[in-house]
Amino acid sequence: MIPHRLTFVLQLLVTLACAAFLLVPALASMLAGVTANYFQGLRSGLTLRWIGEVLALYSGTIGLSIAIALGTLGVTLVLGVPAAWALARKPSRLSRLVEEVVTLPVAIPGLALALALILAYGGFRAFRMSPLFILVGHVLYTLPFMLRAVMAVLAAVDVKALEEGAASLGASPLQRFFHVVVPNAKGGILAGALMVVTLSIGEFNLTWMLHTPLTKTLPVGLADSYASMRLEIASAYTLIFFVLIVPLLVALQMFGRALPAAPAKGGRP
Amino acid sequence: MRSADRLAVLFLAPLFAFAAAFFVLPLAELVLVAGSGPNGAFEYLAILANPRHVQTLVATLALSAGVSVATLALGTVVALFLARTRFAGRALLVSALTLPLAFPGVVVGFMIILLAGRQGLLGAFTQSLGMDRLVFAYSMAGLFAGYLYFSLPRVLVTLMAAAEKLDPALEEAARSLGASRLAVLRDVTLPGLSPALIASGAIAFATAMGAFGTAFTLATRIDVLAMTIYTEFTLNANFATASALSLALGLITWGVLALTRNMAGTGVAAAG
Repeated sequence: MIPHRLTFVLQLLVTLACAAFLLVPALASMLAGVTANYFQGLRSGLTLRWIGEVLALYSGTIGLSIAIALGTLGVTLVLGVPAAWALARKPSRLSRLVEEVVTLPVAIPGLALALALILAYGGFRAFRMSPLFILVGHVLYTLPFMLRAVMAVLAAVDVKALEEGAASLGASPLQRFFHVVVPNAKGGILAGALMVVTLSIGEFNLTWMLHTPLTKTLPVGLADSYASMRLEIASAYTLIFFVLIVPLLVALQMFGRALPAAPAKGGRP
Repeated sequence: MRSADRLAVLFLAPLFAFAAAFFVLPLAELVLVAGSGPNGAFEYLAILANPRHVQTLVATLALSAGVSVATLALGTVVALFLARTRFAGRALLVSALTLPLAFPGVVVGFMIILLAGRQGLLGAFTQSLGMDRLVFAYSMAGLFAGYLYFSLPRVLVTLMAAAEKLDPALEEAARSLGASRLAVLRDVTLPGLSPALIASGAIAFATAMGAFGTAFTLATRIDVLAMTIYTEFTLNANFATASALSLALGLITWGVLALTRNMAGTGVAAAG
Protein backbone atom coordinates (compact mmCIF):
# COMPACT_ATOMS: atom_id res chain seq x y z
CA MET A 1 0.00 0.00 0.00
CA ILE A 2 1.43 3.33 -1.00
CA PRO A 3 1.36 5.58 2.05
CA HIS A 4 -0.89 8.57 1.85
CA ARG A 5 1.21 11.76 1.69
CA LEU A 6 -0.37 13.68 4.52
CA THR A 7 -0.69 10.63 6.78
CA PHE A 8 2.95 9.90 6.13
CA VAL A 9 4.07 13.40 7.11
CA LEU A 10 1.91 13.37 10.24
CA GLN A 11 3.21 9.98 11.29
CA LEU A 12 6.77 11.13 10.73
CA LEU A 13 6.18 14.24 12.84
CA VAL A 14 4.64 12.25 15.71
CA THR A 15 7.53 9.79 15.61
CA LEU A 16 10.13 12.55 15.66
CA ALA A 17 8.29 14.38 18.44
CA CYS A 18 8.24 11.20 20.55
CA ALA A 19 11.95 10.63 19.93
CA ALA A 20 12.71 14.25 20.87
CA PHE A 21 10.55 14.00 24.01
CA LEU A 22 12.53 10.95 25.13
CA LEU A 23 16.00 11.96 24.01
CA VAL A 24 16.31 15.72 24.49
CA PRO A 25 16.07 15.72 28.31
CA ALA A 26 18.49 12.77 28.52
CA LEU A 27 21.00 14.59 26.32
CA ALA A 28 20.50 17.84 28.24
CA SER A 29 21.19 15.99 31.47
CA MET A 30 24.37 14.41 30.10
CA LEU A 31 25.56 17.79 28.89
CA ALA A 32 24.66 19.54 32.15
CA GLY A 33 26.78 17.03 34.06
CA VAL A 34 29.96 18.20 32.31
CA THR A 35 29.13 21.89 31.86
CA ALA A 36 30.73 24.39 34.23
CA ASN A 37 27.50 26.36 34.58
CA TYR A 38 24.33 24.96 33.04
CA PHE A 39 22.47 28.27 33.10
CA GLN A 40 25.17 30.02 31.13
CA GLY A 41 25.32 27.06 28.80
CA LEU A 42 28.31 25.62 26.98
CA ARG A 43 29.99 29.05 26.89
CA SER A 44 30.99 28.49 30.50
CA GLY A 45 33.14 25.57 29.35
CA LEU A 46 33.30 21.85 29.96
CA THR A 47 34.48 20.40 33.23
CA LEU A 48 34.84 17.13 35.11
CA ARG A 49 34.49 18.99 38.40
CA TRP A 50 30.90 17.85 39.03
CA ILE A 51 31.74 14.22 38.28
CA GLY A 52 34.54 14.50 40.81
CA GLU A 53 32.22 15.96 43.42
CA VAL A 54 29.69 13.19 42.86
CA LEU A 55 32.38 10.54 43.26
CA ALA A 56 33.53 12.21 46.46
CA LEU A 57 29.99 12.45 47.85
CA TYR A 58 28.30 9.33 46.57
CA SER A 59 30.87 6.72 45.53
CA GLY A 60 29.62 4.48 48.34
CA THR A 61 26.16 4.31 46.75
CA ILE A 62 27.65 3.24 43.42
CA GLY A 63 29.67 0.45 45.01
CA LEU A 64 26.69 -0.75 47.05
CA SER A 65 24.40 -0.77 44.01
CA ILE A 66 26.87 -2.86 42.02
CA ALA A 67 27.36 -5.23 44.95
CA ILE A 68 23.63 -5.64 45.48
CA ALA A 69 23.04 -6.16 41.75
CA LEU A 70 25.67 -8.91 41.62
CA GLY A 71 24.31 -10.49 44.81
CA THR A 72 20.79 -10.38 43.40
CA LEU A 73 22.07 -11.99 40.22
CA GLY A 74 23.72 -14.78 42.20
CA VAL A 75 20.60 -15.53 44.22
CA THR A 76 18.23 -15.36 41.24
CA LEU A 77 20.51 -17.75 39.30
CA VAL A 78 20.62 -20.27 42.14
CA LEU A 79 16.92 -20.03 42.93
CA GLY A 80 15.61 -19.39 39.44
CA VAL A 81 17.41 -21.57 36.89
CA PRO A 82 16.81 -24.97 38.57
CA ALA A 83 13.25 -23.97 39.44
CA ALA A 84 12.57 -22.83 35.87
CA TRP A 85 13.57 -26.27 34.64
CA ALA A 86 11.41 -27.97 37.28
CA LEU A 87 8.43 -25.79 36.33
CA ALA A 88 8.87 -26.11 32.55
CA ARG A 89 9.43 -29.87 32.70
CA LYS A 90 5.87 -30.84 33.46
CA PRO A 91 3.40 -28.02 32.85
CA SER A 92 0.73 -28.88 35.41
CA ARG A 93 -1.84 -27.01 37.41
CA LEU A 94 0.60 -26.90 40.33
CA SER A 95 3.41 -25.50 38.23
CA ARG A 96 1.07 -22.83 36.87
CA LEU A 97 0.07 -21.90 40.41
CA VAL A 98 3.69 -21.70 41.52
CA GLU A 99 4.51 -19.58 38.48
CA GLU A 100 1.58 -17.30 39.26
CA VAL A 101 2.61 -16.82 42.90
CA VAL A 102 6.25 -16.29 42.06
CA THR A 103 5.51 -13.78 39.32
CA LEU A 104 3.01 -11.89 41.44
CA PRO A 105 5.62 -9.49 42.90
CA VAL A 106 5.95 -7.97 39.43
CA ALA A 107 2.29 -6.99 39.39
CA ILE A 108 2.25 -5.54 42.89
CA PRO A 109 3.75 -2.07 43.26
CA GLY A 110 7.17 -1.98 44.90
CA LEU A 111 5.87 0.36 47.56
CA ALA A 112 3.34 -2.22 48.79
CA LEU A 113 5.95 -5.00 48.75
CA ALA A 114 8.40 -2.86 50.68
CA LEU A 115 5.77 -2.00 53.26
CA ALA A 116 4.94 -5.69 53.70
CA LEU A 117 8.63 -6.57 54.15
CA ILE A 118 9.13 -3.81 56.71
CA LEU A 119 6.06 -4.79 58.70
CA ALA A 120 7.13 -8.45 58.72
CA TYR A 121 10.87 -8.08 59.30
CA GLY A 122 11.42 -4.54 60.52
CA GLY A 123 11.75 -5.86 64.09
CA PHE A 124 14.85 -7.89 63.25
CA ARG A 125 17.21 -4.96 63.61
CA ALA A 126 20.44 -6.53 62.38
CA PHE A 127 18.66 -7.76 59.25
CA ARG A 128 16.76 -4.49 58.79
CA MET A 129 19.97 -2.44 58.97
CA SER A 130 22.03 -4.61 56.61
CA PRO A 131 22.15 -4.41 52.80
CA LEU A 132 20.73 -7.96 52.86
CA PHE A 133 17.32 -6.43 53.49
CA ILE A 134 17.53 -4.54 50.20
CA LEU A 135 18.93 -7.65 48.51
CA VAL A 136 15.85 -9.65 49.54
CA GLY A 137 13.59 -6.98 48.07
CA HIS A 138 15.53 -6.96 44.81
CA VAL A 139 15.46 -10.76 44.54
CA LEU A 140 11.71 -10.74 45.14
CA TYR A 141 11.24 -8.21 42.37
CA THR A 142 13.67 -9.64 39.77
CA LEU A 143 13.16 -13.40 40.23
CA PRO A 144 10.11 -13.53 37.92
CA PHE A 145 12.18 -12.08 35.07
CA MET A 146 14.85 -14.75 35.45
CA LEU A 147 12.22 -17.50 35.68
CA ARG A 148 10.37 -16.32 32.59
CA ALA A 149 13.49 -15.83 30.47
CA VAL A 150 14.78 -19.33 31.24
CA MET A 151 11.36 -20.99 30.92
CA ALA A 152 10.81 -19.34 27.53
CA VAL A 153 14.03 -20.83 26.17
CA LEU A 154 13.33 -24.25 27.67
CA ALA A 155 9.92 -24.25 26.00
CA ALA A 156 11.44 -23.25 22.64
CA VAL A 157 14.31 -25.75 22.39
CA ASP A 158 12.58 -29.06 23.16
CA VAL A 159 14.96 -29.92 25.99
CA LYS A 160 12.83 -32.91 26.84
CA ALA A 161 13.96 -34.89 23.80
CA LEU A 162 17.59 -34.02 24.47
CA GLU A 163 17.19 -35.04 28.09
CA GLU A 164 15.60 -38.34 27.15
CA GLY A 165 18.51 -38.97 24.84
CA ALA A 166 20.97 -38.28 27.62
CA ALA A 167 18.95 -40.42 30.04
CA SER A 168 19.01 -43.37 27.64
CA LEU A 169 22.79 -43.09 27.67
CA GLY A 170 22.74 -43.44 31.43
CA ALA A 171 23.09 -39.81 32.56
CA SER A 172 21.67 -39.09 36.02
CA PRO A 173 19.09 -36.29 36.41
CA LEU A 174 21.68 -34.00 37.97
CA GLN A 175 24.15 -34.69 35.16
CA ARG A 176 21.42 -34.01 32.63
CA PHE A 177 20.58 -30.72 34.30
CA PHE A 178 24.15 -29.45 34.25
CA HIS A 179 25.28 -30.92 30.93
CA VAL A 180 22.10 -30.76 28.83
CA VAL A 181 19.62 -28.28 30.31
CA VAL A 182 21.93 -25.46 31.38
CA PRO A 183 23.98 -25.34 28.14
CA ASN A 184 20.79 -25.31 26.08
CA ALA A 185 19.23 -22.58 28.20
CA LYS A 186 22.32 -20.37 28.02
CA GLY A 187 20.62 -17.69 25.90
CA GLY A 188 17.72 -17.36 28.31
CA ILE A 189 19.99 -17.37 31.34
CA LEU A 190 22.09 -14.60 29.81
CA ALA A 191 19.04 -12.48 28.89
CA GLY A 192 17.56 -13.07 32.36
CA ALA A 193 20.86 -12.16 34.01
CA LEU A 194 21.14 -8.88 32.08
CA MET A 195 17.55 -8.03 32.97
CA VAL A 196 18.10 -8.79 36.66
CA VAL A 197 21.25 -6.65 36.88
CA THR A 198 19.65 -3.76 34.96
CA LEU A 199 16.52 -3.78 37.12
CA SER A 200 18.45 -4.12 40.36
CA ILE A 201 20.80 -1.21 39.62
CA GLY A 202 17.85 1.07 38.81
CA GLU A 203 15.39 -0.12 41.47
CA PHE A 204 13.96 2.73 43.53
CA ASN A 205 10.37 2.05 44.62
CA LEU A 206 11.27 -0.78 46.98
CA THR A 207 14.73 0.45 47.85
CA TRP A 208 13.66 3.89 49.01
CA MET A 209 11.53 2.27 51.72
CA LEU A 210 14.03 -0.47 52.57
CA HIS A 211 17.22 1.59 52.77
CA THR A 212 18.79 3.02 55.92
CA PRO A 213 21.22 5.96 56.11
CA LEU A 214 24.04 3.42 55.93
CA THR A 215 22.63 1.38 53.07
CA LYS A 216 22.01 3.93 50.32
CA THR A 217 22.01 2.65 46.74
CA LEU A 218 22.62 4.65 43.58
CA PRO A 219 18.95 5.50 42.83
CA VAL A 220 18.43 6.49 46.47
CA GLY A 221 21.44 8.78 46.20
CA LEU A 222 20.04 10.14 42.93
CA ALA A 223 16.74 11.07 44.59
CA ASP A 224 18.75 12.69 47.36
CA SER A 225 20.80 14.75 44.90
CA TYR A 226 17.70 15.80 42.91
CA ALA A 227 16.20 17.19 46.09
CA SER A 228 19.21 18.90 47.58
CA MET A 229 22.07 19.42 45.13
CA ARG A 230 22.66 21.89 42.32
CA LEU A 231 21.50 20.86 38.89
CA GLU A 232 25.03 20.16 37.61
CA ILE A 233 25.79 17.70 40.39
CA ALA A 234 22.44 15.96 39.96
CA SER A 235 23.16 15.74 36.24
CA ALA A 236 26.69 14.45 36.70
CA TYR A 237 25.34 11.78 39.04
CA THR A 238 22.68 10.85 36.47
CA LEU A 239 25.44 10.69 33.85
CA ILE A 240 27.32 8.16 35.97
CA PHE A 241 24.11 6.15 36.25
CA PHE A 242 23.69 6.23 32.47
CA VAL A 243 27.26 5.03 32.00
CA LEU A 244 26.41 2.02 34.16
CA ILE A 245 22.99 1.26 32.72
CA VAL A 246 23.22 2.02 28.99
CA PRO A 247 25.73 -0.73 28.12
CA LEU A 248 23.48 -3.18 29.98
CA LEU A 249 20.48 -1.94 27.98
CA VAL A 250 22.28 -2.22 24.66
CA ALA A 251 23.38 -5.76 25.54
CA LEU A 252 19.83 -6.56 26.59
CA GLN A 253 18.45 -5.34 23.25
CA MET A 254 21.03 -7.43 21.39
CA PHE A 255 20.51 -10.65 23.34
CA GLY A 256 16.82 -10.10 23.90
CA ARG A 257 16.26 -10.26 20.15
CA ALA A 258 17.73 -13.75 20.05
CA LEU A 259 14.99 -14.90 22.42
CA PRO A 260 11.57 -16.12 21.33
CA ALA A 261 9.17 -13.23 21.00
CA ALA A 262 6.77 -13.73 23.91
CA PRO A 263 8.73 -14.77 26.99
CA ALA A 264 5.66 -14.94 29.19
CA LYS A 265 4.11 -17.67 27.10
CA GLY A 266 6.88 -20.04 28.07
CA GLY A 267 5.75 -22.98 30.11
CA ARG A 268 2.06 -22.51 29.44
CA PRO A 269 0.37 -25.51 27.95
CA MET B 1 11.81 -40.56 35.20
CA ARG B 2 11.16 -40.96 38.90
CA SER B 3 14.55 -39.69 40.02
CA ALA B 4 14.06 -36.61 37.84
CA ASP B 5 10.79 -35.90 39.66
CA ARG B 6 12.64 -36.04 42.95
CA LEU B 7 15.27 -33.64 41.62
CA ALA B 8 12.52 -31.26 40.45
CA VAL B 9 11.04 -31.18 43.94
CA LEU B 10 14.49 -30.53 45.35
CA PHE B 11 14.98 -27.69 42.88
CA LEU B 12 11.63 -26.09 43.68
CA ALA B 13 12.05 -26.23 47.45
CA PRO B 14 14.36 -23.20 47.81
CA LEU B 15 12.06 -21.15 45.59
CA PHE B 16 9.07 -22.16 47.69
CA ALA B 17 10.93 -21.31 50.90
CA PHE B 18 11.95 -17.89 49.60
CA ALA B 19 8.48 -17.05 48.32
CA ALA B 20 6.88 -18.19 51.58
CA ALA B 21 9.26 -16.26 53.82
CA PHE B 22 9.57 -13.03 51.88
CA PHE B 23 6.36 -12.78 49.93
CA VAL B 24 3.45 -14.79 51.36
CA LEU B 25 4.30 -14.08 55.00
CA PRO B 26 4.87 -10.32 54.57
CA LEU B 27 1.65 -10.01 52.56
CA ALA B 28 -0.24 -11.81 55.32
CA GLU B 29 1.33 -9.36 57.78
CA LEU B 30 0.15 -6.48 55.58
CA VAL B 31 -3.40 -7.82 55.68
CA LEU B 32 -3.22 -8.21 59.47
CA VAL B 33 -1.78 -4.75 60.06
CA ALA B 34 -4.42 -3.19 57.83
CA GLY B 35 -7.03 -4.69 60.14
CA SER B 36 -5.29 -3.76 63.37
CA GLY B 37 -5.93 -0.01 63.42
CA PRO B 38 -8.60 1.74 65.49
CA ASN B 39 -11.14 0.78 62.83
CA GLY B 40 -10.26 -2.90 62.97
CA ALA B 41 -11.21 -4.91 59.95
CA PHE B 42 -13.28 -1.95 58.80
CA GLU B 43 -10.13 -0.05 57.85
CA TYR B 44 -10.90 -0.90 54.22
CA LEU B 45 -14.28 0.76 54.55
CA ALA B 46 -12.66 3.64 56.43
CA ILE B 47 -10.56 4.38 53.37
CA LEU B 48 -13.68 4.68 51.28
CA ALA B 49 -15.35 6.86 53.92
CA ASN B 50 -12.44 9.30 53.83
CA PRO B 51 -13.20 11.79 51.03
CA ARG B 52 -9.53 12.68 50.65
CA HIS B 53 -8.54 9.09 50.00
CA VAL B 54 -11.42 8.58 47.61
CA GLN B 55 -10.40 11.73 45.77
CA THR B 56 -6.80 10.49 45.59
CA LEU B 57 -7.94 7.10 44.32
CA VAL B 58 -10.11 8.68 41.64
CA ALA B 59 -7.32 11.08 40.60
CA THR B 60 -4.83 8.22 40.38
CA LEU B 61 -7.21 6.08 38.34
CA ALA B 62 -7.97 8.98 35.99
CA LEU B 63 -4.29 9.88 35.58
CA SER B 64 -3.33 6.27 34.90
CA ALA B 65 -6.16 5.78 32.41
CA GLY B 66 -5.25 9.05 30.66
CA VAL B 67 -1.58 8.08 30.43
CA SER B 68 -2.47 4.65 29.07
CA VAL B 69 -4.72 6.07 26.35
CA ALA B 70 -2.19 8.74 25.36
CA THR B 71 0.68 6.24 25.31
CA LEU B 72 -1.31 3.77 23.20
CA ALA B 73 -2.36 6.47 20.73
CA LEU B 74 1.20 7.76 20.26
CA GLY B 75 2.64 4.25 20.37
CA THR B 76 0.30 2.99 17.64
CA VAL B 77 1.17 5.83 15.28
CA VAL B 78 4.91 5.40 15.85
CA ALA B 79 4.86 1.60 15.72
CA LEU B 80 2.87 1.48 12.47
CA PHE B 81 5.13 4.11 10.94
CA LEU B 82 8.33 2.32 11.91
CA ALA B 83 7.03 -1.08 10.86
CA ARG B 84 6.11 0.10 7.37
CA THR B 85 8.79 2.58 6.47
CA ARG B 86 12.38 1.77 5.70
CA PHE B 87 14.86 4.65 5.74
CA ALA B 88 18.44 5.35 6.67
CA GLY B 89 18.80 5.81 10.40
CA ARG B 90 15.67 3.81 11.20
CA ALA B 91 17.56 1.41 13.47
CA LEU B 92 19.06 4.38 15.30
CA LEU B 93 15.61 5.92 15.76
CA VAL B 94 14.25 2.64 17.14
CA SER B 95 17.16 2.47 19.59
CA ALA B 96 16.56 6.06 20.66
CA LEU B 97 12.89 5.35 21.26
CA THR B 98 13.48 2.22 23.33
CA LEU B 99 16.65 3.18 25.17
CA PRO B 100 14.88 4.90 28.10
CA LEU B 101 13.28 1.52 28.84
CA ALA B 102 15.22 0.96 32.03
CA PHE B 103 15.34 4.50 33.36
CA PRO B 104 13.90 4.24 36.86
CA GLY B 105 11.05 6.51 37.95
CA VAL B 106 13.36 8.89 39.82
CA VAL B 107 15.47 9.50 36.75
CA VAL B 108 12.33 10.01 34.65
CA GLY B 109 11.24 12.62 37.19
CA PHE B 110 14.54 14.42 36.70
CA MET B 111 14.11 14.28 32.92
CA ILE B 112 10.75 16.04 33.33
CA ILE B 113 12.34 18.65 35.58
CA LEU B 114 14.96 19.32 32.91
CA LEU B 115 12.22 19.55 30.32
CA ALA B 116 9.51 21.50 32.12
CA GLY B 117 10.95 22.52 35.48
CA ARG B 118 11.81 25.98 36.75
CA GLN B 119 15.00 26.08 34.68
CA GLY B 120 13.69 23.68 32.06
CA LEU B 121 14.20 23.62 28.32
CA LEU B 122 10.55 24.31 27.50
CA GLY B 123 10.54 27.33 29.78
CA ALA B 124 13.65 28.73 28.13
CA PHE B 125 12.12 28.09 24.72
CA THR B 126 8.78 29.77 25.42
CA GLN B 127 10.59 32.68 27.05
CA SER B 128 12.76 33.15 23.97
CA LEU B 129 9.53 33.39 21.96
CA GLY B 130 8.49 36.27 24.18
CA MET B 131 5.92 34.29 26.19
CA ASP B 132 5.83 33.37 29.86
CA ARG B 133 8.14 30.59 31.00
CA LEU B 134 6.25 27.34 30.58
CA VAL B 135 6.65 25.38 33.84
CA PHE B 136 4.49 22.38 34.64
CA ALA B 137 6.84 19.75 36.02
CA TYR B 138 5.66 19.97 39.62
CA SER B 139 1.98 19.28 39.02
CA MET B 140 -0.37 16.61 37.72
CA ALA B 141 0.64 17.63 34.17
CA GLY B 142 4.28 16.99 35.05
CA LEU B 143 3.35 13.60 36.45
CA PHE B 144 1.39 12.87 33.28
CA ALA B 145 4.46 13.73 31.19
CA GLY B 146 6.63 11.60 33.47
CA TYR B 147 4.43 8.53 33.20
CA LEU B 148 4.22 9.04 29.44
CA TYR B 149 8.02 9.12 29.31
CA PHE B 150 8.11 5.98 31.39
CA SER B 151 5.50 4.00 29.45
CA LEU B 152 6.19 5.01 25.86
CA PRO B 153 9.34 2.87 25.34
CA ARG B 154 7.69 -0.18 26.94
CA VAL B 155 4.52 0.14 24.89
CA LEU B 156 6.54 0.71 21.73
CA VAL B 157 8.55 -2.48 22.12
CA THR B 158 5.35 -4.54 22.28
CA LEU B 159 3.48 -2.63 19.57
CA MET B 160 6.40 -2.61 17.13
CA ALA B 161 6.72 -6.39 17.43
CA ALA B 162 2.98 -6.75 16.79
CA ALA B 163 2.96 -4.27 13.89
CA GLU B 164 5.81 -6.17 12.18
CA LYS B 165 3.67 -9.29 12.22
CA LEU B 166 0.60 -7.72 10.63
CA ASP B 167 -0.08 -9.08 7.18
CA PRO B 168 -0.09 -6.13 4.70
CA ALA B 169 -2.07 -8.26 2.23
CA LEU B 170 -5.13 -8.01 4.46
CA GLU B 171 -5.10 -4.23 4.26
CA GLU B 172 -4.52 -4.27 0.54
CA ALA B 173 -7.45 -6.62 0.12
CA ALA B 174 -9.69 -4.34 2.16
CA ARG B 175 -8.56 -1.32 0.15
CA SER B 176 -9.12 -3.07 -3.17
CA LEU B 177 -12.63 -3.92 -2.02
CA GLY B 178 -13.25 -0.21 -1.62
CA ALA B 179 -12.79 0.37 2.10
CA SER B 180 -11.61 3.86 3.00
CA ARG B 181 -8.29 4.33 4.77
CA LEU B 182 -10.08 5.08 8.02
CA ALA B 183 -12.24 1.98 7.66
CA VAL B 184 -9.16 -0.16 7.02
CA LEU B 185 -7.52 1.25 10.13
CA ARG B 186 -10.64 0.67 12.21
CA ASP B 187 -11.65 -2.74 10.87
CA VAL B 188 -8.37 -4.38 9.88
CA THR B 189 -5.27 -2.79 11.37
CA LEU B 190 -6.39 -1.98 14.90
CA PRO B 191 -8.14 -5.34 15.47
CA GLY B 192 -4.92 -7.00 14.35
CA LEU B 193 -3.00 -5.02 16.92
CA SER B 194 -5.56 -5.43 19.67
CA PRO B 195 -3.85 -8.18 21.73
CA ALA B 196 -0.70 -6.05 21.86
CA LEU B 197 -2.76 -2.91 22.59
CA ILE B 198 -4.55 -4.60 25.49
CA ALA B 199 -1.37 -6.08 26.94
CA SER B 200 0.73 -2.94 26.71
CA GLY B 201 -2.14 -0.68 27.78
CA ALA B 202 -2.55 -2.76 30.92
CA ILE B 203 1.14 -2.45 31.68
CA ALA B 204 1.09 1.29 31.19
CA PHE B 205 -1.95 1.53 33.48
CA ALA B 206 -0.47 -0.70 36.18
CA THR B 207 2.89 1.05 36.22
CA ALA B 208 1.24 4.46 36.38
CA MET B 209 -0.95 3.31 39.28
CA GLY B 210 1.99 2.11 41.34
CA ALA B 211 4.76 4.45 40.20
CA PHE B 212 6.36 6.18 43.11
CA GLY B 213 9.79 7.41 42.06
CA THR B 214 8.56 9.96 39.52
CA ALA B 215 5.99 11.50 41.88
CA PHE B 216 8.60 11.52 44.62
CA THR B 217 11.09 13.43 42.48
CA LEU B 218 8.60 15.92 41.07
CA ALA B 219 6.74 16.92 44.22
CA THR B 220 5.60 15.38 47.44
CA ARG B 221 2.40 17.40 47.20
CA ILE B 222 0.81 15.71 44.22
CA ASP B 223 -2.03 13.60 45.58
CA VAL B 224 -1.62 10.21 43.96
CA LEU B 225 -2.06 6.90 45.69
CA ALA B 226 1.63 6.02 45.96
CA MET B 227 2.46 9.39 47.57
CA THR B 228 -0.44 9.07 50.01
CA ILE B 229 0.72 5.61 51.09
CA TYR B 230 4.22 6.94 51.55
CA THR B 231 3.21 9.93 53.66
CA GLU B 232 0.73 7.90 55.73
CA PHE B 233 3.46 5.39 56.49
CA THR B 234 6.54 7.53 57.06
CA LEU B 235 5.22 10.88 58.20
CA ASN B 236 1.97 9.98 59.96
CA ALA B 237 3.05 6.47 61.09
CA ASN B 238 -0.47 5.42 60.19
CA PHE B 239 0.40 1.82 59.42
CA ALA B 240 -3.16 0.50 59.16
CA THR B 241 -4.23 3.05 56.54
CA ALA B 242 -0.97 2.68 54.61
CA SER B 243 -1.37 -1.10 54.59
CA ALA B 244 -5.02 -0.99 53.53
CA LEU B 245 -4.20 1.47 50.74
CA SER B 246 -1.24 -0.67 49.60
CA LEU B 247 -3.46 -3.72 49.44
CA ALA B 248 -6.07 -1.81 47.47
CA LEU B 249 -3.35 -0.60 45.09
CA GLY B 250 -1.87 -4.09 44.76
CA LEU B 251 -5.28 -5.60 44.08
CA ILE B 252 -6.10 -3.06 41.38
CA THR B 253 -2.81 -3.46 39.49
CA TRP B 254 -2.76 -7.24 39.87
CA GLY B 255 -6.40 -7.44 38.82
CA VAL B 256 -5.89 -5.35 35.71
CA LEU B 257 -2.81 -7.33 34.67
CA ALA B 258 -4.43 -10.72 35.36
CA LEU B 259 -7.61 -9.75 33.52
CA THR B 260 -5.82 -8.50 30.44
CA ARG B 261 -3.34 -11.34 30.43
CA ASN B 262 -6.19 -13.76 30.07
CA MET B 263 -7.61 -11.54 27.34
CA ALA B 264 -4.40 -10.98 25.44
CA GLY B 265 -2.48 -14.13 26.23
CA THR B 266 0.75 -12.42 27.19
CA GLY B 267 2.09 -11.05 30.40
CA VAL B 268 4.88 -8.64 29.83
CA ALA B 269 6.17 -7.34 33.09
CA ALA B 270 5.49 -4.01 34.65
CA ALA B 271 8.87 -2.83 35.75
CA GLY B 272 10.13 0.21 37.59
